[in-house]
Amino acid sequence: MTLPKFISILAKPILGLTLAVLALTAPLSLPPTQPVERYFRIEASQFAYSPGVLQVNPGDQVTIDLVATDVVHGIYIDNYELQASADPGQTARLTFTADQAGLFRFRCLVPCGQLHPFMLGKLQVGPNQLFLRAVLLSLAGLLLVLWKKPLSTISI
Amino acid sequence: MEKAALYHFDLTRYAWLRRLLTSRWPQFILRAITLAGFVLVILTGFIGSPVGSRNFAVMFVWIAWWSALKLIMLPFGGRAWCSICPIPMPGEWLQQGWLVKPGGKMFNLGLRWPRRLRNTWLQSAGFAAIGLFSALTLTTPVVTAWIFVGLIVVAVAVSVIFEQRSFCRYLCPMGGFIGLYATMAPLELRPQPGLTPVEKGAAAREWPRGCPWINNPAALKANANCGLCLECLRTESGANMALNVRSFDAELGQPGAFRLDEAFLSLGLLGSVMIYSAVFQGPWGALKNAALNAGSGAWWSFAAFFLLASFGLLPALLAGASALVRRTGNLAQPLQMVFTLFSRALLPLGLLSWIAFTVSFAFGKLAYLWPVLSDPFGWGWNLFGTASVEWQPYLLSATPVIETVLLVTGLIWSGRTILKTAEQLGVRGERRWAAAPVLLFALAGTLTMLWLLIG
Repeated sequence: MTLPKFISILAKPILGLTLAVLALTAPLSLPPTQPVERYFRIEASQFAYSPGVLQVNPGDQVTIDLVATDVVHGIYIDNYELQASADPGQTARLTFTADQAGLFRFRCLVPCGQLHPFMLGKLQVGPNQLFLRAVLLSLAGLLLVLWKKPLSTISI
Repeated sequence: MEKAALYHFDLTRYAWLRRLLTSRWPQFILRAITLAGFVLVILTGFIGSPVGSRNFAVMFVWIAWWSALKLIMLPFGGRAWCSICPIPMPGEWLQQGWLVKPGGKMFNLGLRWPRRLRNTWLQSAGFAAIGLFSALTLTTPVVTAWIFVGLIVVAVAVSVIFEQRSFCRYLCPMGGFIGLYATMAPLELRPQPGLTPVEKGAAAREWPRGCPWINNPAALKANANCGLCLECLRTESGANMALNVRSFDAELGQPGAFRLDEAFLSLGLLGSVMIYSAVFQGPWGALKNAALNAGSGAWWSFAAFFLLASFGLLPALLAGASALVRRTGNLAQPLQMVFTLFSRALLPLGLLSWIAFTVSFAFGKLAYLWPVLSDPFGWGWNLFGTASVEWQPYLLSATPVIETVLLVTGLIWSGRTILKTAEQLGVRGERRWAAAPVLLFALAGTLTMLWLLIG
């Protein structure tokens, strides 16, 4: 195998790897902000939380009051592994420091009806880096696909 | 073609495996087991707990089976599920007059399926209907049971009136989904390479009777309509057939025709997985309630949106993108051909979107399965000591990363196939940028799925 052919074979995987590494390691963080106290009152009813998306910054002290408006509902925050449940008309409180950055789902913990397993909300701590990197990775993937030498001449 | 053939490995070259596959008993035993599970689903659906997460019917069908189908059986085995599916069994028993192989008095008119319906339109309609009622189906045991009873009744009726497995090939709502994505499976049943015209002729004369899926196996080139029932291996010409392992791209990477009905099914499935993701993984309660309350005004709006988005908007967007490619690439082929071929190129994105969606909910819901294994009816039993296992989600940290990898892989795979398709149409070299509108369509689909699952 000649050196140019060897290089041409390796060029695409190397380019792909470089683009992937760039997409996964590019600095996307915002400058750190001063932690503040955040308060959310979430109304839970079949089969939604209102508000359904909570946004805080890393380090914020977060207090969530969960109010069940129809039947018993719960809340379980993925990865934080925090949970609480509230009887109808009652309030349950969760307090925690948002010390893990990223997007986390919270879900109902108490069987509350047909769509209980799909009663979900989102807690976003800081920018959603995974999503941003996934977008970059997708663009890098397309660039990689487009970067090719002319191929066959098959015609339909 | 020669390059692709390098990636085919004939499993049936091993005599013991060929013997195992040509015997009807192993397959019959597997089908008997799935039939028992099917009967249990119907029983638990009708007389078990009405709470979906406490009922075997809902948890087994929509969490265990539906996830296993999309994560394992379909991507690695293609129509492997069809080869052990119990739904056509009662109808087949009537057709062949015996349980395991043809032998007794047959109850079958043997009519040919109507020519105008020899396509996937009815399967698309069936899959869309399941999608419209998905929030109800996935959570209500009795609805799941009625769907299974309905499938059996229709399958038996079709088996009595029409030839062979017409139900599986033309009607089964899952059949279109599985068949389309089986194109990318690394398993295929094909004639041995190098059959002489005499052998092909002999085989063609025998096989139409031997193939329940109404194929001529001597001419089999695609996975879509081969149910891996293995009956062709069991005929006198069976030695001319082979079960091959192949690369995932072996079939999709080759030029191939794609019909308009298949194009609409491909795009309908892509649209469906986006809507399923929004309903089941999104934070929008109004959307969930609209999908759940069948017959309400909100549900009609949901149904209209579901159908228009999946079978109207996406095809319209791809048709527009195809028209741009056709114009900028100076293509002579008709727009319909360009559109259908590009919709075929989007199959990898569709399949990997379904897998990513499944990953997003399967690991979170898997723990609901353990209690119902011990207490399938929700009556307080504890058969295997798992009735009181508490719910906890699995692999929480890993699932968003896995979903990302799957979706980006789907985009790259579809992107490569789009460019290959463009080349086959005549867009080559520096002009390959003319394919950008379809690449952007694939990118938009990927970003939408990423936003719904991890955004």
